[in-house]
Amino acid sequence: MIPAAFDYHRPSSLDEAVALLARHGDGAKVLSGGMSLLPVLKLRLGSFAHLVDIGKIPGLDYIKEDGGFLKIGAMTRQATIERSEIVRGRYHALADAVPLIADPLVRNRGTIGGNVANGDPGNDQPAIMIALGATLVLRGSKGERGVAANQFYKGFYATALGPDEILTEMRIPVPPARSGGAYAKLKRKVGDFAAAAAAVQVTLDAKGAVERAAIALTNAGPTPVEASEAARSLIGKVPDQKTIAEAAKLAAAKCAPSADRRGSVEYKKEMARVMVMRALTKAVARAGGR
Amino acid sequence: MAIHKISVTVNGTAHSAEVESRLLLVHFIRERLRLTGTHIGCDTSHCGACTVLLDGEAVKSCTVLAVQADGAKVTTVEGLEQGGKLHPVQEGFTEKHGLQCGYCTPGMMMTSVALLEHNKNPSEQDIRQAIAGNLCRCTGYVNIVKAVQYAAEKMR
Repeated sequence: MIPAAFDYHRPSSLDEAVALLARHGDGAKVLSGGMSLLPVLKLRLGSFAHLVDIGKIPGLDYIKEDGGFLKIGAMTRQATIERSEIVRGRYHALADAVPLIADPLVRNRGTIGGNVANGDPGNDQPAIMIALGATLVLRGSKGERGVAANQFYKGFYATALGPDEILTEMRIPVPPARSGGAYAKLKRKVGDFAAAAAAVQVTLDAKGAVERAAIALTNAGPTPVEASEAARSLIGKVPDQKTIAEAAKLAAAKCAPSADRRGSVEYKKEMARVMVMRALTKAVARAGGR
Repeated sequence: MAIHKISVTVNGTAHSAEVESRLLLVHFIRERLRLTGTHIGCDTSHCGACTVLLDGEAVKSCTVLAVQADGAKVTTVEGLEQGGKLHPVQEGFTEKHGLQCGYCTPGMMMTSVALLEHNKNPSEQDIRQAIAGNLCRCTGYVNIVKAVQYAAEKMR
């Protein structure tokens, strides 16, 4: 399959890339790893007159803890994240998820920036960014701004990105002591998107009660679904099977998946409940609770 | 621009070419360079038949633009044999019957070569995870795993 014709641009700086986007407006699309965009172009599900390849812009590929944040550059490949000791250390939800994204060959090209900015509710990292309380750093003609991950997704493939803006960095607060996270994903086979998946992050107090909690779901609606009520239901409680089950039920009630080859609406909501339960159980254990 | 001048080193030979923006790397390799060992299977980045090494990393060349490979080193299955001697991975696939129809084999071997570059002593699980993006519909993978194990031993 051959994509419809387009012009290809390979800027060598972010300023140059932003200027190209500003010039070409809606006709331009940022090319990162290309693992979602190139199939879209080949299958002719979409077409753009201009591709702006950010792959050769220096300084967009990094994973570092700095000033109380884990900072990940937009061009960081999934395979790099998979091998990262920093990520494995205390960003459990992200560490759980990466080996479950697509397949190893796709992860050699695919980037976290693409996964997060794409706006496909089937992508795994948006829910993780929400659960981890990440700020997404966007660069445009008017400069840089940060958008909270839970404010970024506006609809199916619709995000807060302006036509001249590029996602440059994910900024994740370093979790406090007694924190744990997890990502649980149900998929039919390697390379598939989730039938249901849940990202969670919890922090316990000295007595083992939940101090902070966040829950977000993948492929549970037109955008990633943040289950705030479910997360709030855990606060102040020492998490046990019963409180976890109750939170999972509340989270599943928040889901609005659509039926497809991966299952019916009822099945997906039930699987979302199970994924939240599994992820919470694991996260609590990792935080040092029961 | 819609036409680009690119320089790509394929199997150690430098090539310069003018390519359209939309030309896929796999088409460049097969149709321009006439290296047809790299196969097109699903053409939707699932099957891995088109796997090549791009600067040493195994990638699906149906989902990379030729222009993105500008300045890069590409290795295809034709580049594995050196001086008339099969690469240990090729030898492993022969010795252990790692193929039946052979369609997935070039991609399977390129992924295996990349694995053995990173991991000299892979477990069965490591091998199975590494080839998770390469589909074989004939063998059930058992002999493919054996072929990679054979190569690993040979290369140690």
